[in-house]
Amino acid sequence: MNSLGSIRRSFAPWNDPNAKPYIAFENVTKKFGDFTAVNNLSLSIFEKEFFALLGASGCGKSTLLRMLAGFDEPTAGRILLDGQDLRGIPPYRRPVNMMFQSYALFPHMTVEQNIAFGLKQEGMPKPDIEQRVADMLKLVKLTQFAKRKPHQLSGGQRQRVALARSVAKRPKVLLLDEPLGALDKKLREETQFELMDLQQTLGLTFVVVTHDQEEAMTMADRIAILDKGEVMQVATPAEVYEAPGSRYVASFVGNINMLEGTVAERTENRARITGASGAEIVVENAGDAAAGNTVAFAIRPEKIKVSSRPPAQGTANVMEGEIYDLAYLGDMTVYHVRLADGQVLKASALNSSRVTEDPLTWNDRAWVSFAPDAGVVLTR
Amino acid sequence: MSGNWSRFNIASIVLGFAFLYLPIVLLVIFSFNESKLVTVWGGFSTKWYVSLFHNQGLMDAAWVTLRVGVISATVATVLGTLAALALTRYTRFRGRILFSGMVFAPLVMPEVITGLSLLLLFVAVGFDRGFLTVTLAHITFSMCFVAVVVQSRLMTFDRSLEEAAMDLGAPPVKTFFQITLPVILPAIVSGWMLAFTLSIDDLVISSFTSGPGATTLPMKIYSQVRLGVTPEINAACTLMIAVVAVGVIAASVANKRREVQRARDEQAAQRG
Repeated sequence: MNSLGSIRRSFAPWNDPNAKPYIAFENVTKKFGDFTAVNNLSLSIFEKEFFALLGASGCGKSTLLRMLAGFDEPTAGRILLDGQDLRGIPPYRRPVNMMFQSYALFPHMTVEQNIAFGLKQEGMPKPDIEQRVADMLKLVKLTQFAKRKPHQLSGGQRQRVALARSVAKRPKVLLLDEPLGALDKKLREETQFELMDLQQTLGLTFVVVTHDQEEAMTMADRIAILDKGEVMQVATPAEVYEAPGSRYVASFVGNINMLEGTVAERTENRARITGASGAEIVVENAGDAAAGNTVAFAIRPEKIKVSSRPPAQGTANVMEGEIYDLAYLGDMTVYHVRLADGQVLKASALNSSRVTEDPLTWNDRAWVSFAPDAGVVLTR
Repeated sequence: MSGNWSRFNIASIVLGFAFLYLPIVLLVIFSFNESKLVTVWGGFSTKWYVSLFHNQGLMDAAWVTLRVGVISATVATVLGTLAALALTRYTRFRGRILFSGMVFAPLVMPEVITGLSLLLLFVAVGFDRGFLTVTLAHITFSMCFVAVVVQSRLMTFDRSLEEAAMDLGAPPVKTFFQITLPVILPAIVSGWMLAFTLSIDDLVISSFTSGPGATTLPMKIYSQVRLGVTPEINAACTLMIAVVAVGVIAASVANKRREVQRARDEQAAQRG
C-alpha cells in the first residue's frame, strides 16, 4: 500500500502543460428529445488515470459513459480517444470496454465462456484464449468457479466475473458504471482497494461513474463533479474536499457548514465577512471574493474546535453558543452547536484519549473557534 | 397441502374434476370397447386401434395435420418472434399502438370470422384451396399467440446483455444469435408448442380454408361423427389425448425441475 501511495502522489499529468489528454470531451451536448442530459461539456482524462464521474442521479454521468462506449452519440461536439474522433464508430469497434451496473453476465454461459466471449469476437487463437481466461480467473480469484453459470455465484463473485470479462480484451479504457453499487458495505470497501490494485497492475485508464462520493474519494486520481449535465469541478479528491469551487460541490462532498454573509473588507490575502447576525469571520482563503459580494463561508466540521471555556483573548473567529445535540461515534464525537442567531454549526472532535466522560453535554455553553485558513469562501 | 379437508372442499373438487374429465374418461374407456355400439360396453378389446391404423382416410388426415402443424408452427414462430421484437424494441415508431392492437386482435376474433375472411381472400386472389391455404391460415391465427408469449419474455429481458455483447466486439447480428436468441429461446419454444397445439386441434378455420386432399384430422373426425360415432374415432381421439398429455406433462416436469435446481443453486451461491 505504501508504494502505491507514492506512485499516486507523483502521478499528476493534469498539472503538466505538455501532457496530451487521452480522452477528450470537446463541447459535448446530448439531448434526449427536449431533455438536455449533457450540456456543452468539456473534459480531459489522461492515460492511466483513475477518473471518477460523480453526481446525483440524472446529472448526465451515465450518458457520458454511454457516449464513450458508443451506445449513444453526442448531439453536438466531439469525443476524442487517443486523438481519434469516435463519432460514428459503433460500440463493437471501439477500443473501450464497459463493466455494467447490472453486470450483464450472459446467463446461458459459464464463467469461462463469459470471459472468453470478447476474445472470441477478436478471432484470437483458441490456446491464447484459454491462457488469457485462466489468467483472468486467477486475477479475480475465481479459478475454481470457471464452470459455473452466473446464477450459481454470489453477488461479489458475479461482480468479479463482470470485471474479468471487461478487462480480458485489455481495452485502452475501462468504463465502470456504478461498479460497486450492488454490493453490501463491507464487500464494497474491500473491492474498492481491489479495483485500485487491478488498475495499477494492468496499467489501464479507468473511468468510473458513481453517485457515492466516498467511493470516488477512495479510488479516483481525479473526480469530476457533475450537475444538470455540466461539470461543476474537476480536481483531486483532496482539492475537491478542501477547496470546493462552489456551494454545490461543497455540500455534495462530505459534511460542511455554510455561513452566508457579505464581504465587508478585502485585502490581498484576507477578507472580513459579516454574517446576517452580525458575527464576523476573518478568512485567508477568500479566492476572488471582492468587498460587497454575497458569499458563503464553508468550513468542514473537523476544522472547528469546540471548548467549554472561552478561548484565549485574541483568538480569531470565536463564536458562542450552546450544545444543541451531540453524537458519540466511538472514534469521534459530533457536536451540533446552536449559535446566537439560531444557526446550527456541526463540529467534530477526534476522541484521541480514552476519556469516557465528555466535559460537554446537552445545553452546555460552548465556544467554537477556527483558524482563518480553516475554511473557504465561495462566491458561486 | 395444508388446511383441513372439509366436506365442502372435497365435494367441490370432485365435482369440478368430474365436470372436466368425465367426458374424456368415458371416451377413453369406450375406445377399448369390444362392441361396435359406442354406448354399450361389450368387453375389453384393442381391435379398434388396429383397425384405426388400417383406416387410410384417418391416417392420411393425421399426416396432413402433422405437416400443417409443424410447418405453420415454425413459420408462425419466426413471424411472431419478429413482431414481438419490433413491438418491444422500437417503441417510438408511428402507429405502434395500432400495430400492437392489430397483432393481438386475432386472439379475440371469432374463428368463424377469421376463417371466412381468409376464405374470401384466397378466393379473391385465386388460390386453389388445399394444403397451402390451410397452412397459411394456421400461420395467421397462431402467429399472434407466439407474439404474446415471446413479448412477455422480452419485457423482462435485460438490454444491457446485448450492449455488453456489442461492447465486447460482437456486431448486432452476432449479438442477436449468440445472446438474445439463446436467452429468449425457452419462450420461443413454448410459443412453437402453443402454435403447434392450436394448429392440430383447429376445426373451424381449417374447414373454411381447406380443399380437397387437405383434410385435417379434426375435420375428418367431425365429418365421420356426423355419420355416427364409431369406436375407431374414440381410439383416434384417445391417441391424440395421449400425445398432448405426454407433451404437456413432460414440459411442465422439465420446467419444474429446472426451477427447483435454479433456486437450489442460487441459495448455495449466496451461502458460499
